[in-house]
Amino acid sequence: MFHERSSADAADIMPEMPAIRLVNVNKWYGTFQVLHDVSLTVERGSRVVICGPSGSGKSTLIRCINRLETHQRGDIIVNRVELTDQLSKIDRVRSEVGMVFQHFNLFPHLTVLDNCTLAQRWVRKRSRKEADEIAMAFLERVRIPEKAQRYPGELSGGQQQRVAIARALCMNPSIMLFDEPTSALDPEMVKEVLDTMVSLAEDGMTMVCVTHEMGFARQVANEVVFMDGGKVIERNTPEAIFSAPSKERTKRFLSNLLH
Amino acid sequence: MFDFNLFTTAIFGWPLAKGALLTLVLSVSVMAVSLVVATFFGLAAGSGKKPMRWLIGSYVWLFRGAPALLILLFVWNGLPQLSPVFRATWFTPFVAAFLALMLIQVAYLTEILRSAFAAVGKGQREGAAALGLHRWHTFILITLPQALRIAVPSLVNEFISLLKATSLATVISLKELMTVTQFAIATSFRFLEWYGAALVYYMLMVSVLTFAQSRIEAVLSRGHR
Ligand SMILES: Nc1ncnc2c1ncn2[C@@H]1O[C@H](COP(=O)(O)OP(=O)(O)O)[C@@H](O)[C@H]1O
Ligand SMILES: [Mg+2]
Repeated sequence: MFHERSSADAADIMPEMPAIRLVNVNKWYGTFQVLHDVSLTVERGSRVVICGPSGSGKSTLIRCINRLETHQRGDIIVNRVELTDQLSKIDRVRSEVGMVFQHFNLFPHLTVLDNCTLAQRWVRKRSRKEADEIAMAFLERVRIPEKAQRYPGELSGGQQQRVAIARALCMNPSIMLFDEPTSALDPEMVKEVLDTMVSLAEDGMTMVCVTHEMGFARQVANEVVFMDGGKVIERNTPEAIFSAPSKERTKRFLSNLLH
Repeated sequence: MFDFNLFTTAIFGWPLAKGALLTLVLSVSVMAVSLVVATFFGLAAGSGKKPMRWLIGSYVWLFRGAPALLILLFVWNGLPQLSPVFRATWFTPFVAAFLALMLIQVAYLTEILRSAFAAVGKGQREGAAALGLHRWHTFILITLPQALRIAVPSLVNEFISLLKATSLATVISLKELMTVTQFAIATSFRFLEWYGAALVYYMLMVSVLTFAQSRIEAVLSRGHR
């Protein structure tokens, strides 16, 4: 939008190269195995929705993609960078991947504007003026520019989550991860956040969303992945998975969700 | 009877002013160095490896437990017995007092900062990491300001305790405020006026600190209701 990509420019990314590729990823917390041979491919410009019961490993999986969690076995390749302990690779991946959390994780001691400019200035090395302009453009985009000088604590949950989305977008990511972005919100605020996400999807952003908002999944997802017990149980287009899930567990989970 | 003239002379005279200045310089330098050291200790105590945590835990246990007077005398009299290095001229009462009070102060501040760092949630660090901020940027820009907001009242308390604890250095003949007060009394036998004047100095310094605390708290609590 405003800036060329920092690490991988357009010519560098071949069209057939998926944005994210997970191959047989296994992860343990101590002796407890959270992820069992999880494989997943997210094509550039596509939207994948991950759903499944609580504790099934959805957050863990999505957090492995930007290395907030480490995996012990298998490969995770993001924009051709294979994630290892190497800090330079982690930096490259994080510069391409934005993340939105369930509890927003905004910085309470900074204004909305400073929340959006901090990483721009310290990571992207942009001037204050340039960072402010970019931040204001994205705050406009999430329709909340008038709150720029407020602190996160003065905003509603829905407003805070939209700021969190703007904050991530300010870094010009090519991939966005969402971990239950509407689960902590009061019902009347869910829509404003989903609308923002839909508009992002319409702009062709590559998105991986952990969410139980099935309306959102129907509207934008190319693929829905159902997880249980740290395994991918089933994956399909939203139409197929909602109308005729092939596995009993998926069927049970979806019918519980609707009732 | 209370000699008001002597009281004002004592307050505005050189001896007490110089003693108070020494008290102030000693307190501020001990506090400044202790804050830096305790920041690293507090970080290591919260996230370091097990042997490191154990080492810092033992340090805190020792220097919070031992009486300040004992440590002061240990440093001043004990260290020279331990090594000739401490018998050289650089090892003045000021250096000894600085060392002893710093050892104690670091122990207290480490505890305060460790728990303040822990009180800043993991989500803050993860939010910063997801934006590509490195550990030190995250610490300086995100964790530290929020931890200080929590810790400032306790830190100022410790500063005030330290300011008063410097008077213990009178036993090693450091010419701080209490020592010069005692000197003046030894020649004049006017207790009320000199003790009163010294009290004025202590109260003045503590009041300035308390005022600074309210200003710092106001700055750091921005965004928190
Ligand atoms: N830091 C951790 N240490 C140990 N176990 C964890 C940790 N984080 C998550 N778990 C466990 O891993 C499993 C998957 O968690 P999570 O990925 O958060 O699931 P979900 O997001 O699908 O609810 C759960 O059983 C959870 O208790
Ligand atoms: Mg979760």
